[in-house]
Amino acid sequence: MLIKTKKPWDLSENEVTPEALYLNRRKIIQGFGVAAAAAVISPFLGWQKAIAAPDFTVIKKTNYAGDEELNSYKDITTYNNYYEFGTSKSDPARNAHTLITEPWSVKVSGEAEKTGSIALEDLIDFNALEERIYRHRCVETWSMVMPWVGVPLAAVLKKFNPTSNAKFVRFETIADPKQMPGLRSRVLDWPYTEGLRIDEAMHPLSFLVVGLYGKPIPNQNGAPIRLVVPWKYGFKSIKSIVSIRFQETQPVGSWEENNSREYGFYSNVNPDVDHPRWSQKRERRIGEFFKRKTLMFNGYGEEVASLYTGMDLQKNF
Amino acid sequence: MIGMALPLSWLLYNWALAVDEGFNLGYLTSLGFHQLTANPIEYTNRFLGDWALRFLLASLAVTPLARIFKFNQLVAYRRMIGLWAFAYVSIHLSSYIVLDQFFDWGEIWGDILKRNFITLGMISFTLLIPMAFTSTKGWIKRLGAKVWKRIHKAIYVVAPLATVHYFMMAKGNQLDPKIYIGIVAVLLGARIWFYFQDKTKAANRKAAA
Repeated sequence: MLIKTKKPWDLSENEVTPEALYLNRRKIIQGFGVAAAAAVISPFLGWQKAIAAPDFTVIKKTNYAGDEELNSYKDITTYNNYYEFGTSKSDPARNAHTLITEPWSVKVSGEAEKTGSIALEDLIDFNALEERIYRHRCVETWSMVMPWVGVPLAAVLKKFNPTSNAKFVRFETIADPKQMPGLRSRVLDWPYTEGLRIDEAMHPLSFLVVGLYGKPIPNQNGAPIRLVVPWKYGFKSIKSIVSIRFQETQPVGSWEENNSREYGFYSNVNPDVDHPRWSQKRERRIGEFFKRKTLMFNGYGEEVASLYTGMDLQKNF
Repeated sequence: MIGMALPLSWLLYNWALAVDEGFNLGYLTSLGFHQLTANPIEYTNRFLGDWALRFLLASLAVTPLARIFKFNQLVAYRRMIGLWAFAYVSIHLSSYIVLDQFFDWGEIWGDILKRNFITLGMISFTLLIPMAFTSTKGWIKRLGAKVWKRIHKAIYVVAPLATVHYFMMAKGNQLDPKIYIGIVAVLLGARIWFYFQDKTKAANRKAAA
């Protein structure tokens, strides 16, 4: 009788790798690699979707930034303040892929003859898109020059026939905790809200934006539709709009609500009115080393100063 | 020791890459991301501040941890952690002076006076200088334990000031600075607790004698 003494290195039968697994081991490891890569890359798929989309047809192009250099697509889409997706500048690019931008509708309400929920494709005339190169100045003192694609806000608002009681327009951003991880943190009182005086909203420079660099605007920049008010600090240019309300009373924006001493309703770019915690005299243009002098109304004084004649801009900051 | 140089090395490495690419920060095409972000000056300053604060709090945590876990060897590292914190603080300050303001002393002085969180930062830095200067064994001998300890007790002021400096800088109700404040509160609380613990021990000893 052969009595086999097990040596320490002898495996039992059931410890042997199943043959199928063994033969496919390389494929399995590759699978892990693909899964890992996919996990890393998937945030950028949303972004890639924007890049891969066909260009918008633009019927008019205007440069509102003179001979200033455009910031790169990369800079514009990886340096964002969109706290619903995280408070660091690189968070929105990383996290905003969970935002669902199709289908999209905007609820128009308040002091207007026509109100109701309207689909994005009915709100914006995609055959009448313009490209405008605007300066963008953040309250934090950085700035960029960006080529937006959209339509004048006035054209869209007029479609709803606002009544004479419509002294202000109030906007709201989507605030779905399932799509926006940053909502868990009460950095601001969600949903993000902003507002304009009716004449500011009707001003030719106020721009309702759907695209950037000729393509649909990426999620981290406020897809699928956002406001751009270039003579005000960037936080007034509300992103991912789901609600437009005409109202009689002055709306309170989220930053104003958070800290009215630092963020006022008007928030016009003004080098003579400092933020309580920092000076607004100069700004850092992204891509440049030395700081620039900040321009009154972000350089759009000629076009918008008349909106504020007689107003004390120190008080009404 | 090497561990503490890592964040700084990472930062310098990325700057070297960026400069090499002629400051075309698109070099990181691997994930379409700028490691230093589109605003490398701001990012660098915040990065250095973050690590300075972490090392500062780490140095404050040494004695409580050593005491609670009866792990005295830890105390030998306290000076190194503290000096690394000072190094990061100094570079953080330099990045502000050189990169952010580019030696515009008028602006800098204006900032110190007007921007309260910068005032706090400058005070913290000033308090750290004598601590860094007298960190050697030679100075302990020269000053004597009593005076030396008094100088280094400044850390109890520096740590909260530095944390409030961060808290005041952040916009909105951000979580990060609040976490640091919590940590400082715990670390300072621990010291208060030890102080009373020592007092009662001494009193008991006296009573027993």
